[in-house]
Amino acid sequence: MEFLRPATWDEALAAKAENPSALPISGGTDVMVELNFDRHRPAALLDLNRISELTEWESGVYEGQEGEVIRLGAAVPYARITRELARQLPGLALAGNTVGSPQIRNRGSVGGNLGGASPAGDAHPALLAAGRDVFVEAASVRGTRLIAIDDFYVGVKRNSLEPDELIRAVRIPVADGPQQFSKIGTRNAMVIAVCAFGFALHPRSGTVGTGIGSAAPTPRRAVAAEEFLADELAERNLWATAG
Amino acid sequence: MSTRTIRGEKNLQDITTAHPDGIGGSPLRPDGTLKVKGEFAYSSDLWHEDMLWGMALRSPHARARILSVDISEALTLPGVYALLTHDDIPGTKFYGLEIQDQPALAIDQIRYHGEAVAIVAADHPETARRALAKVKVEYEVLTPITTEEQCLNPETHGYVHEPHEYKGHASGNIVHQQKVVSGLGVTDEVRALADVVVSGEYQVGMQDQAFLGPESGLAVPAEDGGIDLYIATQWLHVDRQQIAPVLGLPENKVRLTLAGVGGAFGGREDLSMQIHACLLAQRTGKPVKIVYSREESFFGHVHRHPATLHYEHGATRDGKLVFMTARIVLDGGAYASASPAVVGNASSLSVGPYEIPNVDVIAIALYSNNPSCGAMRGFGAVQAARLRTQLDRLAAELGMDPVELRQLNAVSQGSYLPTGQQIDAPAPVAELLQKVKDLPLPPALDVTHLDVRELPGALSNTSHGEGIVRGVGYAVGLKNVGFSEGFDDYSTARVRLEVIGGEPVAMVHTAMAEVGQGGVTVHGQIARTELGERVTIHPANTEVGSAGSTSASRQTYMTGGAVKLAAEAVRNELFALGRTRYGWTGNDLSLVGGKVVSASEGVLISIADLLGDHAIDLTREHHHRPTVPFDKETGQGFGHVQYTFCAHRAVVDVDVELGLVKVVELAAAQDVGKALNPLSVIGQIQGGSTQGLGLAVMEEIITRDGKVRNPSFTDYLIPTILDTPPQPVEIMELPDEHSPYGLRGVGEAPTLSSTPAIVSAIRAATGLALNRVPVRPEHITGTLTPTHFPGAAVQSSQQPPRGAPNSTTPCAIPPQARTAAGPPPHHPCGTHRTHRQHPLRSTVFAPRFSYRFRYDLSLDPGTPDQHTPHAALAGARAPWHPHQASRTVPCHPYLMGPQAGREPHPNPL
Repeated sequence: MEFLRPATWDEALAAKAENPSALPISGGTDVMVELNFDRHRPAALLDLNRISELTEWESGVYEGQEGEVIRLGAAVPYARITRELARQLPGLALAGNTVGSPQIRNRGSVGGNLGGASPAGDAHPALLAAGRDVFVEAASVRGTRLIAIDDFYVGVKRNSLEPDELIRAVRIPVADGPQQFSKIGTRNAMVIAVCAFGFALHPRSGTVGTGIGSAAPTPRRAVAAEEFLADELAERNLWATAG
Repeated sequence: MSTRTIRGEKNLQDITTAHPDGIGGSPLRPDGTLKVKGEFAYSSDLWHEDMLWGMALRSPHARARILSVDISEALTLPGVYALLTHDDIPGTKFYGLEIQDQPALAIDQIRYHGEAVAIVAADHPETARRALAKVKVEYEVLTPITTEEQCLNPETHGYVHEPHEYKGHASGNIVHQQKVVSGLGVTDEVRALADVVVSGEYQVGMQDQAFLGPESGLAVPAEDGGIDLYIATQWLHVDRQQIAPVLGLPENKVRLTLAGVGGAFGGREDLSMQIHACLLAQRTGKPVKIVYSREESFFGHVHRHPATLHYEHGATRDGKLVFMTARIVLDGGAYASASPAVVGNASSLSVGPYEIPNVDVIAIALYSNNPSCGAMRGFGAVQAARLRTQLDRLAAELGMDPVELRQLNAVSQGSYLPTGQQIDAPAPVAELLQKVKDLPLPPALDVTHLDVRELPGALSNTSHGEGIVRGVGYAVGLKNVGFSEGFDDYSTARVRLEVIGGEPVAMVHTAMAEVGQGGVTVHGQIARTELGERVTIHPANTEVGSAGSTSASRQTYMTGGAVKLAAEAVRNELFALGRTRYGWTGNDLSLVGGKVVSASEGVLISIADLLGDHAIDLTREHHHRPTVPFDKETGQGFGHVQYTFCAHRAVVDVDVELGLVKVVELAAAQDVGKALNPLSVIGQIQGGSTQGLGLAVMEEIITRDGKVRNPSFTDYLIPTILDTPPQPVEIMELPDEHSPYGLRGVGEAPTLSSTPAIVSAIRAATGLALNRVPVRPEHITGTLTPTHFPGAAVQSSQQPPRGAPNSTTPCAIPPQARTAAGPPPHHPCGTHRTHRQHPLRSTVFAPRFSYRFRYDLSLDPGTPDQHTPHAALAGARAPWHPHQASRTVPCHPYLMGPQAGREPHPNPL
């Protein structure tokens, strides 16, 4: 097995272009489990741990997204999301709090969840609920494209990345209303979701966001429920009055 | 997590002696800091120059004939040093604790999923893995014998061990059976004496010891043709007794030294990789190390016997028990292991700590193609503890307080058990119950100051107080200490006293396996108490006589007792030396501060001066009082060495909508006779209680057609710190005159009563029958039924369960619990929404997404046809049909917990 350790993002993209089957690894909380169980033997591992910008986040204004947006580096660990972004991304922070154990939360990241695209990934329902204008930055030597979160999940453990693409960051609008996340597992901590649910109200756009995990081949929205609830809130004039 | 309250602290002070590091003190454990810091050397850390790595090829089938094994291609792989099958075994091919029925490597047939077929030694684990992948085994797969019905009809379903190979104590697919009949037995006349009769069938799932240090060891070939084995085990000498004949070596050429043990709980009582490593070392002439992965560990050791128990209790109107019948069927799996002893305990302790004049019990252990089961903390008695459910139901029938009913029938010193054995030591059962009952209850759930970590679901954020109902439950247990039924499980200790650096030093040498129980610390305390300050502990090995097993709550009693005897002998020898040399005549000598002191004449001499260059080195054996085997037909006999008792009160919060449970507090009271190390005693009680908590609400190895479905800590769940509540402990110290220092074995009793206390509390919260452990969410919500499909849950779950109690159980929810958050929506009062019982081994899979969705949103599930949010959700789920999905997406994680039907899980972590 090849072990590639690029020092810069450009080197990483070049390495991925050259070895499209290389499996990116950062926290290793998912990849290493697969390797240890011998379920998966990639021809090469692409270690992203030397690329510091992946573990940073910034806030800004981006085209195609309304209001303030958090550009969350792919490898920012859940522990930091919960600690540093609970106000801006409350749904994701709540979801991050349910990931594995404290040790796992120190290593695991949203980029890993997206790369693995497991229907049980805890971040997915929160990302879906956060709005239709959540974008995954997919980068390659060919350039960067933005994949809307609704288009990202395409099957069980499959996403819409091209073989030469790496996840650089996720752009998530800062919450403009309440967000919640909950999941059901059969233990009170460190448990895989039997079912997870992300929920967000977006008063600015008068929309409702939902995300359901672990209940279908991909994470998915409850579209009819979103529409129903948004309409109900509008009919009763609750968007404007905030309840 | 709130801080743990140890109410035992009060007792701690009471029972601490003046000598802080002698008995009664709680000196720091020598291994404690190292383990917490990750610096302790476990057996998996062993290393030797030029060592090879051993690995086993295991059967993917539960029952099969081996038609051929072709190792030729594997042998061509560079780096492979040896590849062995049973043909290569130089000695006898079978081993076993009591019944030698297990082949060291499979011979022509497979009896359980994971049975070892071949072993390899290679220069690297990866080479070993690749070599095993090249071994070609041709199997003829047979239908496994897995259910009680199949096992008991061998002529139809087959024999696990063909009659000509059968080595058990009975016949067919029964390994061992034991009856216990006392009083008048249970006849129609006796039944007529009872005003109230309750009966029920109960089930216990297969629990795993789940020790954290996987099986591992290092076998080093010696120049004399023997083997030195460094190994994590529970009993060095019985390992050796089983290993040597397979290697074709005399026992003295197989020398064992204990390596760092990462927990045991009974799971290391049987051999795992020992013989395999030795065979490979013998063949290659090189040191061979074997370390199991976590997955292999689940196949490499025996588990707790799953059981089906049918109990019938009769009582008078005023609550006195008149009779009890029990039929206890334990699934022993493919090989005998400790099944006979488990049956002995299950039958003789089936009655619990109660006086019942007329008893008729039979317990049997089956051979099956399920995983082998054997020793695990509290064995036999843990399974029989399901009778506590009966007592709750009886109390409900009688309209009595469950604790009062127990106290009314509790044994005490002088009581006779159904085996005819009189309890000849304190048995404060009623008092222990009273102690936990009198402890202040934890505060009620306060939804205004909420920490979700304190709620069912914890950080998963599934409730902020809605649907949460509190329940309180009690249980008390009866466990034997030491090996029973005529077994002389003596212990040996060697104590050497000599002067080192001008100071007297006592060295304690035993073969006791320190598996984490704190035995090394206690040995130091005993030697310090008997001989003085400075004590060293020699590594445990087979150079000294047997210490027996670190199991059955026996090590402090037995090997601790041996250390006491040897230390006393050394002290007496020291005094004799002085008498000879200096003509002391008094009989009032003692050792104080490194000096020989006479009560009448004061300080006589320092130990250092008395000993000089002389060393006193003495070995003593400690035997407990003899017991006898139980009569096969009546179960009569003085079968047990000592009894031990523990009571629990469990307080739980149940999310009745989601079926999630949070144990809020688990209080224990135990009589320990004498707490040699109070802190360790509390640790044992809290650890045992937690292992019982695991069995109550989550821990179960799931098998389907004999195959283990959840061999990982992703799918076999054990309690985390957020599942583990504060555990106040009350310690009683009523000395047993038959034991050293009056002590009583501690480690197992808490495991018996914590499980039923928690189940009883969940029952109090939900009113459900809960006849099976572990209690899983679907048992509480009633959502998993064989016929279930989305939308049909309510109807199907209202049918009475199969094997349901004959009598109607009145609502058991205490009024105060009902007010906590309103009555639970599915409370059985009136509707009796009880769950169906599932067959022991085949939990039926039924997806139920839409139902779950409703709960997820906490929306009203009662009006699905109206235009309500959950009806809208039904639209959302339409393209995703569960039945299709279960076929096309086999690895999808839609199952609740570790269940049958679950494929290896995509781990999202």
